[in-house]
Amino acid sequence: MDITFLLNGETVALSGVSPTTTLLDWLREDRLLTGTKEGCNEGDCGACTVMVTDASGAKALNACILFLPQLQGKSVRTVEGVSGPDGTLHPVQEAMVAHHGSQCGFCTPGFVMSMTTAHLNGATNYDDQLAGNLCRCTGYAPIIRAAEAAAEQPVPQWVRDDPSVKAPSSPFIPENADDLAAIYAKHPEATLVAGATDVGLWVTKQLRDLDPVIFLNRCDDLKTIDIDPDAVRFGAMVDMNAMGAAIADLHPSFGEMIRRYASVQVRNAATVGGNIANGSPIGDNPPALIALGATLHLRKGDGRRSLPLQDFFVAYGKQDRAPGEFVEAVSFPRQEDRLKCYKLSKRFDQDISAVCGCFNITVDNGVVSAARIAFGGMAAVPKRADAVEAALVGHPWTEATIATAQAAFDADFTPMSDMRASARYRLGSARALLARYFAEDQGQTVSVLEVSA
Amino acid sequence: MSVTSPLPHDAAPLHVTGSARYIDDIPTPTGTLHLAFGQSEIARGRITEMDLTTVRSAPGVIAVLTADDLPFANDVSPSAHDEPLLSGGTVHHVGQAIFAVVARTHLAARKAARLGKVTYDEDEPLLSVEQAMKADSRFEDGPRIYEKGDTAAAIAAAPHVIEGSMEIGGQEHFYLEGQAALAVPGEGGDMLVHSSTQHPTEIQHKVAEAIGVPMHGVRVETRRMGGGFGGKESQGNALACICAVAAQRTGKACKMRYDRDDDMVITGKRHDFRITYRAGFDDTGRITGVEFMQYTRGGWAQDLTLPVADRAMLHADNAYLLPTARIESHRLKTNMQSATAYRGFGGPQGVVGIERVIDHIAHELGLDPVEVRKRNYYAEAPNVKGDNTTPYGQLVEDFELHGMTDALLKSSDYAARRAAIAEWNATHDIIKKGIAFSPVKFGISFTLTHLNQAGALVHVYQDGSVHLNHGGTEMGQGLFQKVAQVAASRFGIPLDMVKITATDTAKVPNTSATAASSGSDLNGMAVKAACDTIRDRLAEFLAERHQADAGAVRFGDGQVQVADATYSFAEVAGMAYAGRVSLSATGFYKTPKVEWDRIKGQGRPFFYFAHGAAITEVAVDTLTGENRILRADILHDAGASLNPALDIGQVEGGYVQGAGWLTTEELVWDDAGRLRTHAPSTYKIPACSDRPDVFNVALWDCENREDTIYRSKAVGEPPFMLGISAFLALSDAVAACGNAYPALDAPATAEQVWTAIQRVRHGV
Repeated sequence: MDITFLLNGETVALSGVSPTTTLLDWLREDRLLTGTKEGCNEGDCGACTVMVTDASGAKALNACILFLPQLQGKSVRTVEGVSGPDGTLHPVQEAMVAHHGSQCGFCTPGFVMSMTTAHLNGATNYDDQLAGNLCRCTGYAPIIRAAEAAAEQPVPQWVRDDPSVKAPSSPFIPENADDLAAIYAKHPEATLVAGATDVGLWVTKQLRDLDPVIFLNRCDDLKTIDIDPDAVRFGAMVDMNAMGAAIADLHPSFGEMIRRYASVQVRNAATVGGNIANGSPIGDNPPALIALGATLHLRKGDGRRSLPLQDFFVAYGKQDRAPGEFVEAVSFPRQEDRLKCYKLSKRFDQDISAVCGCFNITVDNGVVSAARIAFGGMAAVPKRADAVEAALVGHPWTEATIATAQAAFDADFTPMSDMRASARYRLGSARALLARYFAEDQGQTVSVLEVSA
Repeated sequence: MSVTSPLPHDAAPLHVTGSARYIDDIPTPTGTLHLAFGQSEIARGRITEMDLTTVRSAPGVIAVLTADDLPFANDVSPSAHDEPLLSGGTVHHVGQAIFAVVARTHLAARKAARLGKVTYDEDEPLLSVEQAMKADSRFEDGPRIYEKGDTAAAIAAAPHVIEGSMEIGGQEHFYLEGQAALAVPGEGGDMLVHSSTQHPTEIQHKVAEAIGVPMHGVRVETRRMGGGFGGKESQGNALACICAVAAQRTGKACKMRYDRDDDMVITGKRHDFRITYRAGFDDTGRITGVEFMQYTRGGWAQDLTLPVADRAMLHADNAYLLPTARIESHRLKTNMQSATAYRGFGGPQGVVGIERVIDHIAHELGLDPVEVRKRNYYAEAPNVKGDNTTPYGQLVEDFELHGMTDALLKSSDYAARRAAIAEWNATHDIIKKGIAFSPVKFGISFTLTHLNQAGALVHVYQDGSVHLNHGGTEMGQGLFQKVAQVAASRFGIPLDMVKITATDTAKVPNTSATAASSGSDLNGMAVKAACDTIRDRLAEFLAERHQADAGAVRFGDGQVQVADATYSFAEVAGMAYAGRVSLSATGFYKTPKVEWDRIKGQGRPFFYFAHGAAITEVAVDTLTGENRILRADILHDAGASLNPALDIGQVEGGYVQGAGWLTTEELVWDDAGRLRTHAPSTYKIPACSDRPDVFNVALWDCENREDTIYRSKAVGEPPFMLGISAFLALSDAVAACGNAYPALDAPATAEQVWTAIQRVRHGV
């Protein structure tokens, strides 16, 4: 593949690039830019964070699971390009030194890149901005002090990158959904790469050779968000930060779940289409979308079809998707916000759910009139709690009904035990989440994230 | 300059610009080859057949090495010669190295390493404490037992007795830089090894054995590690040795770095423990006697299990004067990764045991646990009267915790907050809060007495600049900066005149691991000795010229004063060079007073004790067990701190790492002995938002009562145990759910807390 992008302000034009070469390996091994570190090679530690600028702005991304074709026409800035041309330190670099934000220093370049990007974007919610950067030495406190100290300093001109670079065209990097449909119909065996937060691991961890690969990152018409009076529709390539921002006003609990869904870096890469299409039983979007009554829109060539999202997940690792068919969008009806999304994991941030329970329960005159409840982590696929819903609908919205409905979880789910949780805890906590929904509906404080000392 | 300045880490400007070099960043010679291990897929058995044809023919593969190809020693053990570099036929854990691939690229090596076809005659692995005990699978003949007084009689006579048991999980180091080594062959069979190691001398020793040369044929250099935490005390041996063997064989530089998953599957972790206890006490909570049984799973090879388990026993008292005590320790051999050193080195597990006992006693008596703790404290120095000895017979002469505790209770507003939490818990059903105080008294010195030594090499060049080298290694703790501050202070020169250099076995020989928190204590003193030797020569030289008393020559502010003359330090260096004065010196230090019999469990293993105290407040969701730290207040004893900024960094970082150990960091093995949590996707160290919202950290201003470097105290490990207060606070919150004692196990994941809540509420 032929790829062109800017690296620290200078044009890089590559030809004959293997499609699954990661930016991290290329930086370190080909360019000998070793400031960007490999900490985990799976997007979970942030040591390889770089800043990538395109038309939608500057974003922090994990270079270890970022393939070179995903950079087509964009600008990349690494830690080597954060100081000024004359060596002047960036304000976040100065602050990291002055506030003792580095100890062993190995995570530091990644932190500096996340902080530089946040500084450029004026973001000061540091716990969220830095959730994807692990530090084992400092306990984070001095890093936050550094971020706060740098916040008031002006953004140096040199980190403002060109958002759009003239790039060669490639059939495997289609420019729109029509082109994508055409090339995928021709190569139904191809691997589609949206954000590469999952496919990246096929390469870095499973060491798979993928060929051919079709990259969706240039399909701007798949990145649209349409909020109509009747429906909300997300294009498949809407990234999770864009989705989180759009949904926060409509369904705040979904927005909060997306905040915790993954780190900024992963959310900048991950797409709603990818999260659905890979069919994982522990993806966090499907249960929320199923609870909202979402419809999935698929396309193959010029043909399109739609189906209820819940029906897309046939069995573990098996989805209702034909060869050459791809996810074009997902939509759900506008509705009164009754949705609560509860994500249980060992760590609050950047962790895969042990259980993700999404509840959408409507109460009219004290009686449950409708209930859509879906879970991730409880079965081989994202799955609705039919028996629990049945035990609720038509019954008074009371503790007694909750207790009855809690018993119905046994009929809906037989979860498994694994490293994230035991079957006993999964079932027990799923029941508890229904109680949480009820308590929250009564105005009680139900999250430890909402209390302070 | 003053020696005790809050200066930034010396490498901070390099860290933030990405120019600090780690092993994988060092420019390599042309033709450098890359290595990866083929690993055992089973936990226990014998290899019956090994077909490596496809490995050898894989793209980019240059060579494949098995145990038969090793020319000399096949051993990377730091202790008992029971750890083959490559399996010689039997395998003892999933992930054990069986063969090594040498390839043109890192990726080619990794890919090829997965192509081996190995068949096994599989045995039932010993994984659990029960299995190991039943099989009597252990590293010593039987348990070690340390005793003070007649514990059984004391407990029998006590008005109250409690007993219990708890599980304490292990911990992955999760240094951000994985294990790595680069071996560059030299002329005449010499080998230069760059290793990410806390113990360059041991790397040198093991590599020399592996390639069949005297130690003088191997030079090991370590500029810095991207984190160590004990995980690079012995675990780097295998990489360095296989790289050296391959480099000797191919004549090419050879590099190996573990992918994160390989790192977690192959290398050892903190020892997990099961501790059972029985304690007798009076109505006030004063302990009369306590018995501990400590069971630890050491994994497949001995590594450092014996001294780790010893240190757990040595900290079974923590801050408390136990009139009688009996500690029995079982060091079990199991078919898992060989557990190894980890910050605190067993001490934290021992401390958790006694803190659990105190917490349980307070619950039993309905007392504030802080009061019970204070009642059981050792007597404060210097007012030591009567029995103030540890269960291993060391007199506690420097106890600081009475004053520290009172100061922290006051500064954290403990009493009012405890009342407010009780009020909150009375009015909230779902979210419960908890608060807890925990102290730490940690023994400083290697328990293997001969390790308490250090060397340094200092050169003064004729322009007055100083080249500093010592045996300590830099893993982020700021050791190099602290020691440079000592050197600058001895010569009275600005810090930028002192060049910090990589640890190098060719400059300072026979060093101990940078471990046991000893780095600045030992190396600071050795550097001081070297600097003073040169300084004394300079003083004598100048005094002779000026017909003055050498003792009256003053070094300070970059200048040297003698009689009425004042020279710059650079001028003096130049004059001394011209005057044919040696401007290079070694320095040596050995810790005084320590002597220890680990079999009898008697003596003075520690030169002194470092102390700390923490108060943590938490919130627990009783529906799901989700929990969070809300606030932490810490007062820590670093003596007269050499660098308060670096020391506070150790305290903050240690606390969060300790709290992580006891909350979210869960290691899970399946029934076949496979580690299921082998990457950050499944093993959760604290993230940014897991640090306390309110985090007040201060140093206790008090000189070390022993004569250490500028009266400072070691600070690497002790603050780790302050995280125990978070665990106890969770227990406190769970206790608010019912009447039973929570008996919380560690790590207190959401699931574990939820389980404890079910137990407290429903007795299940």
